[in-house]
Amino acid sequence: MSYVNHSQVQKKMGPRVLMNHIAKVIFFLATIFGLIVLGALFIQVFQQGFSWINFDFLTGKLSTQPERAGIMGAILGTLWLMAVVIPVTVFLGVCTAIYLELYLKEGRFKSFIQTNIANLAGVPSVVYGILGMTVFVRTLDLGSVVLAGGLTMSLLVLPIVIVASQEAIRAVPNHLSEASYGMGATKWQTIKNIILPASLPGILTGAILSLSRAIGETAPLVVIGIPALLIPFPGGFFDRFTVLPMQIYYWTLDSSLTAEYANLAAATIIVLLSILIILNLTAILIRNKYQTRY
Amino acid sequence: MEMNNSVNNKKKLDVRNLIEQQKRKKNIKATAEKSIPTILLLIASVSILTTIGIILTLFTETITFFKHVPFLDFFTGTVLKPLSQNPEFGVLPLLTGTLVSTAIAMLVAAPIGIMSAVYLSEYASDRVRKVLKPLLEVLAGVPTIVYGFFAFTFVTPLLKHMIPSLEATNILSPGIVMGIMIIPMIASMSEDAMSSVPNSMREGALALGATKLEVTFRVIIPAALSGIIASFVLGVSRAIGETMIVTIASGSSKNFTFDITQSMQTMTAYIVEVTGGDAPAGSTIYYSLYAVAMTLFVFTLIMNLLARYISRKFREEY
Repeated sequence: MSYVNHSQVQKKMGPRVLMNHIAKVIFFLATIFGLIVLGALFIQVFQQGFSWINFDFLTGKLSTQPERAGIMGAILGTLWLMAVVIPVTVFLGVCTAIYLELYLKEGRFKSFIQTNIANLAGVPSVVYGILGMTVFVRTLDLGSVVLAGGLTMSLLVLPIVIVASQEAIRAVPNHLSEASYGMGATKWQTIKNIILPASLPGILTGAILSLSRAIGETAPLVVIGIPALLIPFPGGFFDRFTVLPMQIYYWTLDSSLTAEYANLAAATIIVLLSILIILNLTAILIRNKYQTRY
Repeated sequence: MEMNNSVNNKKKLDVRNLIEQQKRKKNIKATAEKSIPTILLLIASVSILTTIGIILTLFTETITFFKHVPFLDFFTGTVLKPLSQNPEFGVLPLLTGTLVSTAIAMLVAAPIGIMSAVYLSEYASDRVRKVLKPLLEVLAGVPTIVYGFFAFTFVTPLLKHMIPSLEATNILSPGIVMGIMIIPMIASMSEDAMSSVPNSMREGALALGATKLEVTFRVIIPAALSGIIASFVLGVSRAIGETMIVTIASGSSKNFTFDITQSMQTMTAYIVEVTGGDAPAGSTIYYSLYAVAMTLFVFTLIMNLLARYISRKFREEY
């Protein structure tokens, strides 16, 4: 007597294997669905905007006439915004990560801060906009200037930098710091001379990723009142400014008035995406090149 | 002799000075070493201050709002007319707009996300996965304003061919695009959960004669369920908080409806519209901003905490 009815198994085997093959194809199609959409997006943006990109567009001022409009103001605005975001987030983020990983002992307080940071990462960006508008623009009375926008963005991307730096610091093997202590170095000397240099690639990767998030974010800047009007080029931290995503936002809204605005928006998107892709490639390169395995 | 003596004296003085200097240096170093944790703690508290800042600003202004508009009127009102002569502040039109767009987004993102996760974790070879995963991550890195442009100028006209009654701004198209934006998040979180199911369980089921599909649905997905659910909850949170796609493509009509071909406004889009219109500080509209933001914040906070709780509490340990 056999426990397996072979004829039954034979009969059911065919459909089961077939189902498996069909499912595999469906799962594959689902995986590339997003990529197909991405392709459609790129093709559409390129068709609409590529012919609009030229030297005058990149270096020109904003204009009410679509044919003469340029995005130099938005590019400069983005640069000024970065001049605030980079130092503030890197300083705050790395210091916080050092404190959490190397000074703070495991316990309630640490898990409280960790939970807090994880939650901050999930707060909608528009809420950060309201915080920025209330605290920086109105209470501190800065107005909708580079500094207010930059500080708001810094708070928004801070959790990314903290988490990335923490992981980078954690990845530094113990024997490096132990050797440093063995040579008589103090804790801070060990951190400064051994741990930070070793975790630098990871920290840089996190910083660049947070930067590209800050460059692409729009909602908080709309809320704190960044204009896309004809304003002079920004030249300092207390100047009014606009950035590339804001330009795209207003031109997309205007595209229901004149179709040419949609082309302007598409051209600006190409510029924005190029910047983001370059930043992300840099992050990947750094990660691959300096990722040392101990 | 005299000269020699003075030189010696000078040397002695120098040595003493050097010792003193060295001592001082050491002291400074020691105090620096001691004060560094305190300084770092102060810097680290910025993240806590941010949370306190968010809660404090939202809370105080929301309380002021409820002095102007009764609590119940806000949460049960179906009419939102902030700019009319007799302004009404019912939040239900915004809530339905938010929930409908979130539901559409999840209908797109949940099945596609989980199927991608199954493919990447169970079916794809290492080489295919190495190519597909970073490509999917590109989807997550595209700025939301670009998705908004895409929804408004590409997806809506495309959908209009299929549904002629579709309005120029509607909730369907931003909902779909939002779903596409969320796919990579759900896919990668679910894939992590599935990949952490130990191989012995897969091999056991395969040895009993199950096909890969059966292994996936009867072993892998049940075993990774907590991680998958957590990824869905986080996806919902992302969809609720998403702003630019809905601001651009779903319009600003404060309709209280469930008709997805119509224009609806979400909580986030309302915030953008009101602040963009430069609401005068102190007006009821200005305070309504905070009440809506508070509602939004509470919703997403609950979702985020829930996702964390699920993935921790129900994590299967193998």
